[in-house]
Amino acid sequence: MPDDIFVTEILSINMSTSTTAPVNTKWWSGGKSPFNVEYGKLMMWYFLMSDAFTFGAFLIAYGTTRFATAGWPNPNEVFKSYPFAGENANAPLVFVSIMTFILIISSVTMVLAVKAGQEMNKKAVVNNLILTIIGGLAFLSCQAWEWTHLFHEGAWWGRNPFINADGTQSTTNFTNFFFTITGFHGFHVFSGVIINIVMLIMTLMDKFEQRGHYLMIEKAGLYWHFVDLVWVFVFTCFYLI
Amino acid sequence: MEHTAQVEHHAEDGKKEVMRVTLILTVLTLVELALGFWMMKIEAQGTRLMIKGVIVILMMAKAFYIVGYFMHLKHEIRNMIMTIVVPLLLFVWFIGAFLYDGNSFKNLRMTYDSHKKEMSTKKVEKKEEVKEAPEVKKAVE
Repeated sequence: MPDDIFVTEILSINMSTSTTAPVNTKWWSGGKSPFNVEYGKLMMWYFLMSDAFTFGAFLIAYGTTRFATAGWPNPNEVFKSYPFAGENANAPLVFVSIMTFILIISSVTMVLAVKAGQEMNKKAVVNNLILTIIGGLAFLSCQAWEWTHLFHEGAWWGRNPFINADGTQSTTNFTNFFFTITGFHGFHVFSGVIINIVMLIMTLMDKFEQRGHYLMIEKAGLYWHFVDLVWVFVFTCFYLI
Repeated sequence: MEHTAQVEHHAEDGKKEVMRVTLILTVLTLVELALGFWMMKIEAQGTRLMIKGVIVILMMAKAFYIVGYFMHLKHEIRNMIMTIVVPLLLFVWFIGAFLYDGNSFKNLRMTYDSHKKEMSTKKVEKKEEVKEAPEVKKAVE
């Protein structure tokens, strides 16, 4: 029976995870979550899916506009500066790769915080959450510097001082999309930092020790990884290609 | 929680996996950056397009590792994976249709819109002059 095959497969997956499910679990027979996760975590996943479509719509609008336009500014000409550099700085990709690594590392510390939470290790949760918050703030500072720098170059919504790579006149689409999408992502990072700070305070107040589990950290972790995931796409679409 | 003991059993494996995925993400990013630097020196449009394709594939690989391991989706049960991944398949149509449409719009404009066509071939006089153009300067102030 195909039903049996399915159940066996589910069980074989379960063997490798931390979740214990009774033998011959019928996931759709009612009385339990057919997804085998806690309610709040499932809802966080669905929220992130909707958020993925929002970001996807932004990035696809950007891609469509770029495909519909004959010329486009060269990102290596636009994003070539870094803090404390002179007027003639020419280091494309350098500053943005630092930003990328900051976000990856903060994602790693978040995973470690989640893992520590599963082990009920309060001290490790606190330490890793603090590191994650520092990473988030560092990323936001980098972005604040970059926006300020571009603003002083004359770039903002509705104005674009850069010309196309082929030397022709550019439109304001370039700056509009850049500030809208990196701004929307930056706002997500900002919210993520706030959420992580709330998680840190709750951990320090022993809220999760009282509850007996750190599931809330896992939900905050999902959100934080999503922010990192979006940056992977933004970084590629705006700086690399 | 009832499964705490088992979690501890897997804790060491978990840490190893995190380190492995971190290493993979770092290497993928470095390869992406290397391709980006390499692309700066290349003029041929065909080669550039090919490198961009490789970068997009590497981007998808990074997304897979973040969602699969950091967000733990790979270790959830099949039902859970499907409820997240299947709706996201809408992106296949979403990206394909819209980029195709954008490209078609460009071709139409380059064929029938003489102003756009002229603008796409007229070079801006000099780069410095654009930066110093009075209207831009005014806008900055």
